[in-house]
Amino acid sequence: MKVVFERPQALSDVTTHYCPGCTHGIIHRLVAETIDELGILERTIGVASVGCSVLAYDYLECDWQQAAHGRAPAVATGIKRALPDSIVFTYQGDGDLASIGTAEIIHAANRGEAITVIYVNNTNYGMTGGQMAPTTLVGQVTTTSPRGRDTKEAGYPLRMAEMLATLKGVNYLARVAVNSPANIMKAKRAIKQAFTVQVEDGGFALVEVLSTCPTNWRLDPVEALKWLDDNMIPYYPLAEFKVSGEVK
Amino acid sequence: MLGDKVLMVGNEAIGEAAIRAGCQLYFAYPITPQSELPQLLARRMPEEGRVFLQAESEVAAINIVYGAAGAGARVMTSSSSPGISLKQEGISYIAGAELPCVIVNIVRGGPGLGGIQPAQSDYFQATKGGGHGDYRLIVLAPASVQEMVDLTALAFDLADKYRNPVMVLGDGTLGQMMEPVEFGDIKAEIPSKPWATTGRKGRARNVINSLYLDPNKLEEHNWHLQAKYRRIEGAEVRYDSFNLADAQLVVVAYGISARIARTAIEMARADGIAAGLLRPITLFPFPTGAIAQAAEKAAAFLSLELSAGQMVEDVRLAVNGRRPVHFYGRTGGIIPTPQEVYEEIKKLAGEEVAK
Repeated sequence: MKVVFERPQALSDVTTHYCPGCTHGIIHRLVAETIDELGILERTIGVASVGCSVLAYDYLECDWQQAAHGRAPAVATGIKRALPDSIVFTYQGDGDLASIGTAEIIHAANRGEAITVIYVNNTNYGMTGGQMAPTTLVGQVTTTSPRGRDTKEAGYPLRMAEMLATLKGVNYLARVAVNSPANIMKAKRAIKQAFTVQVEDGGFALVEVLSTCPTNWRLDPVEALKWLDDNMIPYYPLAEFKVSGEVK
Repeated sequence: MLGDKVLMVGNEAIGEAAIRAGCQLYFAYPITPQSELPQLLARRMPEEGRVFLQAESEVAAINIVYGAAGAGARVMTSSSSPGISLKQEGISYIAGAELPCVIVNIVRGGPGLGGIQPAQSDYFQATKGGGHGDYRLIVLAPASVQEMVDLTALAFDLADKYRNPVMVLGDGTLGQMMEPVEFGDIKAEIPSKPWATTGRKGRARNVINSLYLDPNKLEEHNWHLQAKYRRIEGAEVRYDSFNLADAQLVVVAYGISARIARTAIEMARADGIAAGLLRPITLFPFPTGAIAQAAEKAAAFLSLELSAGQMVEDVRLAVNGRRPVHFYGRTGGIIPTPQEVYEEIKKLAGEEVAK
């Protein structure tokens, strides 16, 4: 019988700790498929961040370093500078990348550091109990914005992809979502492109992945997919912002 | 390459020694009074085919060090007191993940932005951990530009030997002053690092990590670290002495303070006061045994520091109440003259030794 679907080699054969309906698992799989297809497992080093994906090193079969909160792009810089022939990627959430780690991501991108960044945006701090993040939408209720995000107090949701697209050091930059089969296919293409840029020595690449958090959004998994469509995509439009260093 | 004997400022001597010790990457952020070091390495590292990178912050610099050290490279960063405070988060992670690296602190006065003049007020931070959690750095305290060379080379070897961060704790005087140095034959003997994340080709995958969610595992990890620190205490204590054998008043001082103490002790000896010097070269591990031994014969101790009194606590622990332990220090970047220290020795000799 012909095998038509199987676990990617780079994906560990374990049960993840993610909540039911969380889309981290899909994103992990897309990264694993990419590593398999590019044949880079033996020279790939992942950098796990702090947040829900802190245990990513248990789920992908490459070498890993676990970084302090927000510092993954700095840690990745150190690895890549020490081992220029390795493939180095970070896997960071929105609290990690868009709040505590803004300095590190901006400067790694600006240096054109030859790393790949998978930036998972689910509009809240999932691991610590659903607190407001810089990406939390206006009016969105979280455990630390119980009356909804008020722009007078907390400012506006940060569009990291658009901000980073202004930097000359960035080669590839896209925002994708994993809330439907069609969007997942597009996300896969973007993630593969972001790794291919590094394999071909092209410089810095980042994919922002809009992801669901049913537990902290207080929605069931299917409602969460629709909430992402109705609320996140209008504010965080899906697009390739930079390709081969050119603004699209 | 440099000749046999050259005049160098301390900060540059550290950089040249690091290159000879096989430092492959250096990451830093500008701060006074250590800027000669990144300035030298910005030129010298690329000349040697190595990596120099000016980071966007001290926080980034220490985390870049984490990544490069985890990838198996010999790596160094340097800063001065306020910058070292910023690095503490990263240093805790480096200690937790057991990564070898060298951190240079050319200490200036604090707290806060403090000043840019020499101080030794980072002793607690350097020797008691500095960041969160139970951990120790190996801390080396040079007292001359030559020792900045020798101890920088030693720092890389000890870091690799114990998979532990090593701090070279200087001060603004040592960093800026010029003395003749010889580099001798510093050997860059880098051991194999099968634990490093270099890509998993031909082996099981490696993970560099300091996270243990299971408290039993975290406790086990902590006992493992503590056992390592006890091994370091057993094997790596280094100190120097001057007129110690018959000393009734033992001055304990490290770094630039020890240079001042030595002159003051010579003045005291000329007056017939039996003063001597015990100079810790390793601040962790601290020469507790040597001080305890000196307490067998000496009448009293004096801890001399460019601080409000930090190392004096370790001297007291070592003496363990058997003899009085006094303190003399200046802070804020003020360096006492040998005359001031001599007066203090004379006063204490009158109070303690005559009894």
